[in-house]
Amino acid sequence: MSRTEDVSNGDLPNEDARTADLLIARGIQKSFGDNHVLRGVDLNVRRGEVIALIGPSGSGKTTMLRSLNGLETPDAGVLELDGGPVVDFAAQAGVGHEAGSDAEVGAESENGAGSEDAAGSEDAARTTGARGWSRRRAAARLAKANRAALRDRSAMVFQHHNLFPHRTVLENVIEGPTQVQRVPRATAIGRAEELLARVGLADKRDAYPHELSGGQQQRVGIVRALALQPDLLLFDEPTSALDPELVGEVLTVMKELADEGWTMVVVTHELQFARQVANEVLFLDGGVVVERGAPAQLFSNPAEDRTRRFLDRILHPLD
Amino acid sequence: MDWQLVADSFWPLLRGGLTGTIPLALVSFAFGLVLALVVALLRLSPNPALSWIGRAYVSAIRGTPLLVQLFIIFYGMPKLGIVFEPWPAAITAFSLNVGGYAAEVIRAAILSVPKGQWEAGWTVGMSPARTLGRIILPQAARVSVPPLSNTFISLVKDTSLATVILVTEMFRKAQEIAAFSNEFLLIYTEAALIYWMFCTVLATGQNAIEKRLDRYVAH
Repeated sequence: MSRTEDVSNGDLPNEDARTADLLIARGIQKSFGDNHVLRGVDLNVRRGEVIALIGPSGSGKTTMLRSLNGLETPDAGVLELDGGPVVDFAAQAGVGHEAGSDAEVGAESENGAGSEDAAGSEDAARTTGARGWSRRRAAARLAKANRAALRDRSAMVFQHHNLFPHRTVLENVIEGPTQVQRVPRATAIGRAEELLARVGLADKRDAYPHELSGGQQQRVGIVRALALQPDLLLFDEPTSALDPELVGEVLTVMKELADEGWTMVVVTHELQFARQVANEVLFLDGGVVVERGAPAQLFSNPAEDRTRRFLDRILHPLD
Repeated sequence: MDWQLVADSFWPLLRGGLTGTIPLALVSFAFGLVLALVVALLRLSPNPALSWIGRAYVSAIRGTPLLVQLFIIFYGMPKLGIVFEPWPAAITAFSLNVGGYAAEVIRAAILSVPKGQWEAGWTVGMSPARTLGRIILPQAARVSVPPLSNTFISLVKDTSLATVILVTEMFRKAQEIAAFSNEFLLIYTEAALIYWMFCTVLATGQNAIEKRLDRYVAH
């Protein structure tokens, strides 16, 4: 499996690469209507590390994950991508209008900027009207570019695989490389076949997704993500929709990827997996990180009561 | 029953169908589908103004009789200096009409594709336009074949209205023959049977298309 140079040193990435932050999230907030789903979440994703996000449903872990690749736009917070843009969502939410920090102004600013216009004097509104409009347009363009930059460095595996049902397995895998990354078709097919063989699905390349089992579909979903050669792999409860006997084959593939040094953020209910594979575990509840730490410490000796109760409920559901 | 007249009138009627009704329907449907896609996308636009335009268009087309639309275009537009020949007038009117009805079908079909498909397109790096073209519309097409076939079959029959703006399609031929022979029941029934035949063939075509598009769906 081909990786970018700095993280492909087999099982033992060098210390520099291992500690280098790939993505830093600070104070991420997100509301859906009145529902304050994220109330300021920090996250450091270091190259070559696996981070597991655990927590009850509604805790915000999936929204947090989706904020990392632009599927959700946070209301506030900062996302900093190594070698990429620093996206300040607080600025996007409206304050950038006056700050003169054009570079940080983002999209979805219509509301905030609009109300400011209304609050400002008539005069100012008249003279800056056209300029404000074009500035908002520029800001929207920048936000779009930032969102795309986040997205282009990562790839995602979904809970419900979201394979393209009208495309064969192979077509699913090469769609991104050939259509977006302009990889020559023959090269993309070669890589796809290699990856499919790796997860034991070489013979399924011409099958349609509906002809596969849930576990096979999810493995194709993983291959589709890998084929993009991303810096960061995002997993959104990849085994939650699977029959219990199919969970193992997917987790096995994920563990192999972790061992190879892929950088992964995994939202999961599989505590066993988190314990064995993750470098860091974050327990979220009510939109905040209640506790974070190495899995051994967090699972066997949680500092917070809420963490302990959550773990108890999962590990001993009948007690 | 005048079998000779039935036999003599069959070919002129069928020819009227093949050179008038069918091409009129096909061309209008093709233009109408393009227009319908545009209107559907307008309606789905997050921009309220664009969405309103789409909604207003659909409302106007569905809220007025096709016959009146034909009359406005053919008899009304010359007042504004826009003079249509019968054929272009008919194609324009039918295309605009299909554009309104099919827009709702296409909009519903696009909405029927799970949101996860848009998200998957996004995560593999595609722009919304590319996702629409390569991921969403192919899946929407499968859902929209049955209702669009309905629209098309209605259109085939509605082309008979073009007779009032002097387009020589099958029904106009039937009127000429009936007036000449005075056999209204016979000739109009014969024309009706030919319309029915056309629509039966089209329904077969619909099945073939559905089968082809269903190949990737679990049964």
